[in-house]
Amino acid sequence: MRRSPRDNAISQATISRRGLMLGGLQAAMVVTLTLRMRAMQLERADEYRLLAEGNSVKIRLLPPARGLIHDRNGVLLAGNEQNYRVTITREDAGDVDLVLARLRRLIALGNDEAAEIADELHRRSPNSPITVAERLSWEEFARIAVNAPALPGVTPEVGLSRLYPRGPDFAHVVGYVGAVSDYDLSKIEDPDPVLRIPRFQLGKTGVEAKLEEMLRGKAGTRRVEVNSGGREMRELSREEGTPGANVQLTVDYRLQNYALQRLGDESAAAVVIDCRSGDLLALSSAPAFDPNLFVRGISTRDYRALQDDDHRPLADKSVQGLYPPGSTFKMVSALAALEAGVIGLDDTVYCPGHLEVGGRKFHCWRRAGHGHLNLTQSLEQSCDVFYYDISQKVGIDRIAEMARKLGLGTRHDLPLSAVAQGIAPDKAWKRERYDTDWLIGDTLNASIGQGYVLASPLQLAVMTARLASGREIVPRVVRSIDGVEVPNPEAAPLDIKPEHLAAVRRGMDMVVNSARGTAKGAKIMLAEMRMAGKTGTSQVRNISAAERARGVISNADLPWERRDHALFVCYAPVDNPRYAVALVVEHGGGGSAVAAPIARDILLFALHGGLPPLSAYPSSQRWRIENERRDLDLVDPGLKPDTTPSRA
Amino acid sequence: MSYLESNLKTVPVGWRKILFINWPLVFLLAAVASAGFVMLYSVSGGRPEIWAEPQMKRFGLGMAVMLAAAFVPIWLWRNLSALGYGVALVLLIAVELFGDIGMGAQRWLEIGPLRLQPSELMKITLVMMLAAFYDWLDVDKVSKPQWVAAAAALILVPTALVLRQPDLGTAILLLMGGGVVMFAAGVSLWYFGTVLAAVGGLVFAVLESRGTPWQLLHDYQFRRIDTFLDPGSDPLGAGYNIMQAQIALGSGGWGGRGFMQGTQSRLNFLPEKHTDFIFTTLAEEFGFVGAFSLLMLYALILGFCLHTAMSARDRYSSLVTIGIAGTFFLFFAVNMSMVMGLMPVVGVPLPLVSYGGTAMLILLWAFGIVQSAHVHRPR
Repeated sequence: MRRSPRDNAISQATISRRGLMLGGLQAAMVVTLTLRMRAMQLERADEYRLLAEGNSVKIRLLPPARGLIHDRNGVLLAGNEQNYRVTITREDAGDVDLVLARLRRLIALGNDEAAEIADELHRRSPNSPITVAERLSWEEFARIAVNAPALPGVTPEVGLSRLYPRGPDFAHVVGYVGAVSDYDLSKIEDPDPVLRIPRFQLGKTGVEAKLEEMLRGKAGTRRVEVNSGGREMRELSREEGTPGANVQLTVDYRLQNYALQRLGDESAAAVVIDCRSGDLLALSSAPAFDPNLFVRGISTRDYRALQDDDHRPLADKSVQGLYPPGSTFKMVSALAALEAGVIGLDDTVYCPGHLEVGGRKFHCWRRAGHGHLNLTQSLEQSCDVFYYDISQKVGIDRIAEMARKLGLGTRHDLPLSAVAQGIAPDKAWKRERYDTDWLIGDTLNASIGQGYVLASPLQLAVMTARLASGREIVPRVVRSIDGVEVPNPEAAPLDIKPEHLAAVRRGMDMVVNSARGTAKGAKIMLAEMRMAGKTGTSQVRNISAAERARGVISNADLPWERRDHALFVCYAPVDNPRYAVALVVEHGGGGSAVAAPIARDILLFALHGGLPPLSAYPSSQRWRIENERRDLDLVDPGLKPDTTPSRA
Repeated sequence: MSYLESNLKTVPVGWRKILFINWPLVFLLAAVASAGFVMLYSVSGGRPEIWAEPQMKRFGLGMAVMLAAAFVPIWLWRNLSALGYGVALVLLIAVELFGDIGMGAQRWLEIGPLRLQPSELMKITLVMMLAAFYDWLDVDKVSKPQWVAAAAALILVPTALVLRQPDLGTAILLLMGGGVVMFAAGVSLWYFGTVLAAVGGLVFAVLESRGTPWQLLHDYQFRRIDTFLDPGSDPLGAGYNIMQAQIALGSGGWGGRGFMQGTQSRLNFLPEKHTDFIFTTLAEEFGFVGAFSLLMLYALILGFCLHTAMSARDRYSSLVTIGIAGTFFLFFAVNMSMVMGLMPVVGVPLPLVSYGGTAMLILLWAFGIVQSAHVHRPR
């Protein structure tokens, strides 16, 4: 098309004008973009930098190795074992059902478990790992590792899990750990973040629970960079945690094992205490259970069985069980009376078999009566009337005071579950508890360890140790922490006249070693291990006047739960007390027949450091003892102290 | 006979043309493309074979195409404009009929071994067509309604086809690219005022149409508008991309986090990190310094194009140069506005930097035409 030069010039001028306008608009846009860049990258850079960090840097916790628990010889009671487990992550697995199906061909996985895992996988976020199976054998673990390419999203992992190599022996003392529950978290104020690690193990009972913070240690941290899918790309920094402290207990693995076996099928508890240091050498509660079951996740059926057992295996009877101490309380009443001066060492009381107070008849266990008795004889023969008599003179408040002085009615500060306070009743206590007046009959009952009086085997053991040593022995169960001995200063002497204590000890000696003693059958024949003790038989039911008239029903004819508790407290050697034992057999019958022989055996085992020679027993019993020993299945006495470093 | 043809004797011929090529412009294009290679290498996590190497090969090919195009006389390009436009239109219709589905839209056409995106081609051929149209049209008819309508039809037909794919980003670029040529050609400002008012009304209508049976945009397009207005409203859903892009960009700060050190891009927090969102990676790793430098390179390219347009002596050369520069401007301005949160997310790549073969080849071919206008200017 032809166009004149003038036309062309006009047209080019227009284009230039419009072109410059466009250029101006474009320049304005460039300036706008620059300003926006400036605002975002220079003015708000820090804010965005923080957001970027939050996006990509996550802090992962390194669970600390839990502190180990040893017995006094250094034998491992609670350790950590390698736990091979597999986890699955939905995001990486793709077809979860297919992967699970393949996995089930490699390891045993029940239908219910598989359904549970599938359910959990769909509930949790796609990138959080779910534990499929734990405690795999090395073979299973290796099988999964080898087949990894066919199992996307499946990670074999090695973690630490609690192991109790001594099984049921320390189920109550050491306790057990279990996975942190929501309930646990709700109880703790400002919980340690490590507790939020899935399946992190927390002490639930016993020393494991009470020394939890010491045993747990401090978690380490890993700063990792994650991508948008939450997958770890690399580790930025790593700070190792501190493993938990190793705790050494005062208990002896062999003695504990022997005591439990000696208690057998009874529902019973035995406490062995060192009369010098207060070290608890054994705290046995029978029947026991395997704490490893709880660590691995106990089945409902097993748990129900433990709960429904009328012998209450889950309870630690040695410190939690409260029993009327029966005649083992008579030392308390005797000392209270002596200290109050209401009775002299040689004063006697006449026992006709019963005592009438306030129109009510209080019976002695021996219907025929004991005749004239002094204090040591009253202990030797366990006369009840003697105590009915002196208790009226001394009054309940002074008896209660003496009980507390000897460690009854006081909660001993031990890192064990639900340590019981017991009851050393006095007038104020009854006023507060029942809002009624103290009656004279209450005093009479209390004087022979019945009525309101309640004590745990631990308290009875402490009482015996205090009587034997004349010192204010304080029980303890922790010997050292991370190799550092827990200081244990010598106990102060009791505020009781030595001659009064000597009289009571003499009575206890006669209980075992005199011909009329109630526990003469439990005599120790070796002079250097001569034992003193006191029997106790405490009623758990009221005997009506009508029944008394007909003749008291014997224990053998009663249902188990209505039979008397059998108790025995003892120490040896009498001239230089080393160990004291308190033993309760629930509904076991008589203290002298049932409790005393067991307590003697445990005391002998502690003194001798193993099974004593048969010469320790009266010759008439040796044949039977020898037979009984064949049924024992004792632990290897030569267990080596554990030297595993806690950083397992 | 146009002015151009009458002054042929002053135009360089033969190999001498190579001396008259706008070499600074070539250098600037290569610089921008190099920034692209670096970024593609970075986002691939140090594996050049994924994106950087193919991109370099295409750039090499594109440079050859550009130089070849520069040697072709500008009047020849003018005469081919209508044909090019026709071919692009046919291909757009072909995509409509046989196209491949990519990213939820029909954009690709496979012809033998070639994977072609006709909408990319149309961006340039439309500009060429309009430039040729105004070169042909008498100057005094430019603002006559019937001729304005004719030009508008040339724009709207391909725009409508692209919108049907659906590709909102390209449709907007076509519309605005065409508008730039019409504006430069001297169409009365009243028309533009009217169109702007109409667009305002249309936006209102579109927003009002939401949820009704005659809804004018796809749901995903509405959601993009929502998330543009408030990215925080859905931080894990549709707003995620925008939030993460802005975090990446902002966290770059003054000097950036260092080459291959951008956590946002390297750790997959960024979407489409090798295509539409590549600018965020650059801004994250090279900071304000890097981002601003790239913007300045783009601005310089515009400047050189404007200079070529001003110094051209014929309407076609001026208009095609302004149109191509304008399209180029729209590419990067829309892309940067989008990742910086100044505009809703529409799929527009960063020119010469984003990974993409067709777009780069066609863009370099377009710059070849600009070079041709530069070379074949009567001196």
